[in-house]
Amino acid sequence: MPYDRLVQVGRVAYVAFGPETGKLCCITNIIDQTRVLVDGPSSHVSRQALNIKSLHLTKYILKFLPGARSKTVKKLWDSHDIKKNGKNPVDFDRYKLVNAKQAFNRIVNHEYNRLKKKNKVQLAKKTKKVKPRKFVAKSQRIANKFKIFAAAPAAGKKK
Amino acid sequence: MKAKGNLREYRIIGRKLPSAALKTPPLYEMHIYAPDEVQAKSRFWFFLRQLKRVKKSAGEIVECKVVNERKPLTVKNFGIWLRYDSRSGTHNMYREYRDLTRALAVTQCYRDMGAKHRARPSTIQIMKIKRLPAKECRRPHVTQFHDSKIKFPMVNKATKRLHHPRFTTSRPHTYF
Repeated sequence: MPYDRLVQVGRVAYVAFGPETGKLCCITNIIDQTRVLVDGPSSHVSRQALNIKSLHLTKYILKFLPGARSKTVKKLWDSHDIKKNGKNPVDFDRYKLVNAKQAFNRIVNHEYNRLKKKNKVQLAKKTKKVKPRKFVAKSQRIANKFKIFAAAPAAGKKK
Repeated sequence: MKAKGNLREYRIIGRKLPSAALKTPPLYEMHIYAPDEVQAKSRFWFFLRQLKRVKKSAGEIVECKVVNERKPLTVKNFGIWLRYDSRSGTHNMYREYRDLTRALAVTQCYRDMGAKHRARPSTIQIMKIKRLPAKECRRPHVTQFHDSKIKFPMVNKATKRLHHPRFTTSRPHTYF
């Protein structure tokens, strides 16, 4: 799958490690391959350099020039009203989604089971009975294969 | 010197002690990059002894102050001229780094020299550090970031949580 979330100026990211864990911030400038200058005036993240590895990129991008001031970032952040999604366990939207999914699954399962029961007899006939195989020692299996039998059957199951 | 942690920039002014022969000795100022004040002063005397005829026992430090970066929240390009001892000789070098402050750039330099040339901090002497505008930068690893529309993906990010859980049936999520 091609990469659609890129480290770029304006990308909103979630801080996964470090002192600012759990907060959202915005990439304002890229320092080098491993670090970015990050700012989150509305989310209590002071302007600082963070390692890219400590960030999880989100799908949101704000549009501003690299190195934009905190004031600009704050204005754009507030106007887009970015907030964390699905973090609140009693989030109403998530609850609705879960309920809808449950209802759907219930209907599907009910129908499936009904059909299964109807065809239970036919199903039984079609299914091959598979029994677990009896354990036979390897030496015995070889002996059986080549029809080699030891002097006495008692000595058959060696090892 | 042990380049522990992040280095700080110190502005140190020292002079020879006044004597009957020399009532007002000249002041010498140096900018030293060191982890703390003690090591900064030590380095100051090391350099001053090399350059001027004054020893710590015959001199005094007039000022030792931390120099803070004017704008620590803007990304800058720094060119660093340095001199270091390799196993078979001593060489000059010019290196470029992209960082927020001079002190952080010098810290990066020490780490980089240790990594790429196995140079220990005691053998490295920072001769000059200069903030460069983008067009004066020569090194490709710095100029590649001089693009206002730069963007790149986070490729195969190895997760830190290697042991949570240690054994699992699903592969870790490396795409963020």
